[in-house]
Amino acid sequence: MNVSQPLLSLRDLSVSYGTIKALHGVSLQVPEKAIVTLIGANGAGKSTTLRAISGLLKVQGGSVVYDGREITNELPHKIVGRHLCHVPEGRMVFSNLTVAENLRMGAYLRRDKGGIAEDVDYVYGIFPRLKERWAQQAGTLSGGEQQMLAISRALMSRPRCLMLDEPSLGIAPILVRAIFDQIVAINREKGITILLVEQNANLALAISHYGYVLETGRVILEDTAAALRQNPQVREAYLGE
Amino acid sequence: MFSRSPLSLPTACQGAKRWLIAAVLCSILLSFGQFNRYYLGVAMDVGINIILAVSLNLINGYTGQFSLGHAGFMAVGAYTAAKFSLVFAVAAPEPARPVLFLVALVLGGAVAALSGLAVGIPSLRLKGDYLAIVTLGFGEIIRVIVQNLEAVGAASGLKGIPKYTTLGWTFALASVTVYVVVSLVNSTYGRGFIAVKDDEVAASSMGINPVRYKVTAFVVGAFFAGIAGGLYAHHKQFLAPTGFDFLKSIDIVVMVILGGMGRTASVALAAVVLTLLPEVLRPVSEYRMILYALLIIGLMMARPQGLFAFGRRAVK
Ligand SMILES: Nc1ncnc2c1ncn2[C@@H]1O[C@H](COP(=O)(O)OP(=O)(O)O)[C@@H](O)[C@H]1O
Ligand SMILES: [Mg+2]
Repeated sequence: MNVSQPLLSLRDLSVSYGTIKALHGVSLQVPEKAIVTLIGANGAGKSTTLRAISGLLKVQGGSVVYDGREITNELPHKIVGRHLCHVPEGRMVFSNLTVAENLRMGAYLRRDKGGIAEDVDYVYGIFPRLKERWAQQAGTLSGGEQQMLAISRALMSRPRCLMLDEPSLGIAPILVRAIFDQIVAINREKGITILLVEQNANLALAISHYGYVLETGRVILEDTAAALRQNPQVREAYLGE
Repeated sequence: MFSRSPLSLPTACQGAKRWLIAAVLCSILLSFGQFNRYYLGVAMDVGINIILAVSLNLINGYTGQFSLGHAGFMAVGAYTAAKFSLVFAVAAPEPARPVLFLVALVLGGAVAALSGLAVGIPSLRLKGDYLAIVTLGFGEIIRVIVQNLEAVGAASGLKGIPKYTTLGWTFALASVTVYVVVSLVNSTYGRGFIAVKDDEVAASSMGINPVRYKVTAFVVGAFFAGIAGGLYAHHKQFLAPTGFDFLKSIDIVVMVILGGMGRTASVALAAVVLTLLPEVLRPVSEYRMILYALLIIGLMMARPQGLFAFGRRAVK
């Protein structure tokens, strides 16, 4: 795989919660316009990795380089301004705001009225359920709809790289399908680079180009998604075979 | 509406602006009316409490912080404005007095806003109960300071403040407070207050700086509490440090909670009801405060979502 010019790269990242070390030197590369997935069991450190990249957690060692610039430990709202956007785990929509208002908050840093209107149309196009519910308070949406909204809200910031944390978590299978189809479409049509964190390895490897396997804060395996799906170790531990 | 600079007021509030002008004009007309002194006094209390409750609602309701220091901000504004009037306005010629009164109020608001900034900074690191304790401490510190400050009458209080507050001033400024808070939170920028309350992590990952919102809420909230303090000082004509203890802060918090947290109109309405209630209960004199407390408990049990909270944007 051509990783000569990755859009996002982590070098030897270490992160601790208090005295407990959660990441022990994680390195990974995300090439531009690719879908890269980070799989691993519950507690492996997947969310921690994303939070460290987006500045929500303090990095103790190593570096995060994005678009040729070191962004280690920058403030979260500064990092969004660089078009690197994080959809946190657990569908954190603004429950007291309507669907439309949530989308508008996604475009918080933007001033191009026309572009924002276009992007609202785009996300309503890929998730028509949101369009039907535009005036509804986000807290009253179903889990799957909230996930759609969280992804759409992130798209409103016109990301160049989108980091998704467990978009399938606790969602009806039929909606999971719709969401993953749209993740692929976003990548293909908009050329948005995606770093996808999933416990559901089957689902993630099916749509990704490349994958990393994380175990207790370390990368234990990396390969193309196709190769990982054939890998006996992965099949046994993560694909339930 | 998307493309406006973050601090500008939204165009959607054009209607609100018209209401504001109407309300201010009515307030000015009111100041020419002749009313019974007692009713007049109660009406001014109502207006002052509306300012206090609506401004605290920006901090506690919309931004989801928990401040118990509103009486402290009010005290800062009250003493600053009163002292200014005693020094400058009393000696000034009659026609200059309304202008000097406005200066006194704004000065009181500004100094209160500065203290809001000082209290707002700890809010960057503290949440919930811890923040409540810090703001409570702030209120007590202010009280102790004025209690020992000879220049503002110390424990015996500040006397002889000119009676400049009228019904007109009170309701004009209450209208301005409501207008500013409503337009602030209804702008695209202002939706950030609610976003920060709903989810700070998600807000930061949208490019919102939660710190800025929390501090802004404290500064704007304290400014209007200071204004209310100035009105109060020139209405009662006497300030005692004990009038600004934490019970006063609790009174305002109750208005915000009963109003449904984060809904300006119903918080204002709750301020009206809770100011009138003790007056209505006056005939039963010694049981008054017990009845008042029981009524509040009853109201909270009957309508935990807020007395006037109907439909959306109430806190669950
Ligand atoms: N807020 C926290 N405080 C302390 N430890 C945490 C916190 N969040 C996660 N951890 C720990 O860090 C490790 C990695 O967690 P996480 O990144 O959430 O895993 P994953 O997303 O892969 O399930 C786990 O051992 C977890 O217990
Ligand atoms: Mg996780």
